[in-house]
Amino acid sequence: MKTIEETKAAIEAAVPGAGVEIVPNPSVSGQHSLRLAPGHAVAVATFLRDRLSFDYLSNVTGVDWPDKEVTEKVKGTRTATKTVDGVESTLEETVEETRKRVLPGWLEAVYHLYSVALKQGPLVIRMRTVNRTDQVELPSLTPVWRSAEFQEREIFDLFGIVFTGHPDLRRLLMWNNFKDHPMRRDYVEPDDFEYEPTAHNEVLKRAQAHKSRE
Amino acid sequence: MAVADNKTDKPEGWNRPPVMEPDGEGELLEVAMGPHHPSTHGVFRMDVALDGERVIRLKPVFGYLHRNHEKLAEGMSYLGSMPFTDRLDYICPLTNNWAYALAVEKLTGQEVPERAEYLRVILGELTRFQNHASSIGFLIQEMGASGTPLMYAFREREKILDLFEMLTGARMMVNYMRFGGCRVDASAAWLDAARKVVAGLPGFADEMDRLLSGNEILMARTQGVGVLRSELAVNAGVTGPMLRASGVNYDIRKVDGYGIYNRFNFRVPLGDHWDVYDRYMIRLLEMRESIKILEQALKDIPAGPVMDPKAKLRGFRPKPGEAYGRIEAPKGELGFYLISDGGPNPYRYRIRPPSLINLTVLEDMALGENVADVVLIFGSVDIVLGEVDR
Repeated sequence: MKTIEETKAAIEAAVPGAGVEIVPNPSVSGQHSLRLAPGHAVAVATFLRDRLSFDYLSNVTGVDWPDKEVTEKVKGTRTATKTVDGVESTLEETVEETRKRVLPGWLEAVYHLYSVALKQGPLVIRMRTVNRTDQVELPSLTPVWRSAEFQEREIFDLFGIVFTGHPDLRRLLMWNNFKDHPMRRDYVEPDDFEYEPTAHNEVLKRAQAHKSRE
Repeated sequence: MAVADNKTDKPEGWNRPPVMEPDGEGELLEVAMGPHHPSTHGVFRMDVALDGERVIRLKPVFGYLHRNHEKLAEGMSYLGSMPFTDRLDYICPLTNNWAYALAVEKLTGQEVPERAEYLRVILGELTRFQNHASSIGFLIQEMGASGTPLMYAFREREKILDLFEMLTGARMMVNYMRFGGCRVDASAAWLDAARKVVAGLPGFADEMDRLLSGNEILMARTQGVGVLRSELAVNAGVTGPMLRASGVNYDIRKVDGYGIYNRFNFRVPLGDHWDVYDRYMIRLLEMRESIKILEQALKDIPAGPVMDPKAKLRGFRPKPGEAYGRIEAPKGELGFYLISDGGPNPYRYRIRPPSLINLTVLEDMALGENVADVVLIFGSVDIVLGEVDR
């Protein structure tokens, strides 16, 4: 089996400007992955299927990487005037400042490929969306591997990645007029799915609390 | 695009189900088969459009049993998800345990003691046997042969479930495997009981074979029905007995050789007509291969511990990283994909359900067939809704 570096070189030779990056995996499983640029993903996938015999797409899944707030300490200098024993002197002081910065998050789709013909694998490929809110499109690989059909629908349903070029992109598990994406890490469960008050005291109380919040 | 010159001999859209037009003058009849229908193995719906008796469109509808098991797992420890895996494919809880344990062992690099590996193989193959037996029973039941084959299968399954209960304390919700071994050791009495049950299994396989394989009605109803071509089966990610019935030699027990499967001598049966009858026959033949593995494993099982002594059950925190582990479950490739961020809970926990992905080709197999055959084609896929909806 080709190493991940050889696979990357083969892809870059076949699809110029594919922008493939190796994502190392620090765990002992040693399953490193390739990150594809979404613009070339379908071309790369076709190449992987037809030329490198990765004819079987086993697993497709989404991962949510939410926005991260990082606190970093920045060292700066400032000039301060100090009076020591009646003599004024100017000093340079180093000051530590704590700043907060928000790193934007993204949604990720992960594909595990195997080769039935050569009995090899897995090759892990992944793609990222630009952000988690309005630019959540990724190219669909269902035209290349049919097994992605239901799994991409599931990701669309639970994570909210929109797969362009998918032949039948609908919710898979949740009902049609459900609004949110439950597998996102910041998903908040509604306190009650049914607003009808019942005779049961606790449910009645929760329903009232819910109504007053609206 | 640079790969535009890579021509395959297949036209674009070859792996999609064809669009069928009604040919009669009558109106189309839309039927919702399910969610409450005796043949749907649980709450599952097929929206079927019929032109007379002929199926011209079929859309499966999922989600009636959805409980977002993957989200629940993100909120609990790694070990906490183990009992929940029993509830995925509740016909074969032990292989679900095994797949999850294998994925975590891939993530952490834990070793499994030899006796535990043998126990896993014994339990895995017993599970495969009873799954295939009851799946054949269900298939014949749905054909209209009400009762007999299914009850025969359940009689044999009960003996195997008794073994599970003796060892793990539960017939179905076993919660038996751990990361780095198994929860409890099997006593000598249990191994003797298992040998006794396994000695009776070939007789059962012969009985099913004599009862069903040459049955005229079974052959008339299943031969040439629901044909699945091998290129489409591979492209659509079909695995397990269905893939092998389509003539593709791909058994993860042979390909990955996970556990200690490369020590055993067994064959991989393949179909060459790719129809429902082949799927029935492959399951029957795989039952016989399972008996072979069971006999070898029960003969060679060594003494020793069943748990890695270095395994940590409390405060279990794998190093950051990810792993995908898969096994040949009775229904197909069952995989677990885990991402660890170094915490006590998995950051991402994903199940690759063979039942759901094998249903991708349901429409392709059913188009153009009679509506009565849809039930058979669906039965030959062998699904469990606990795993489809998760």
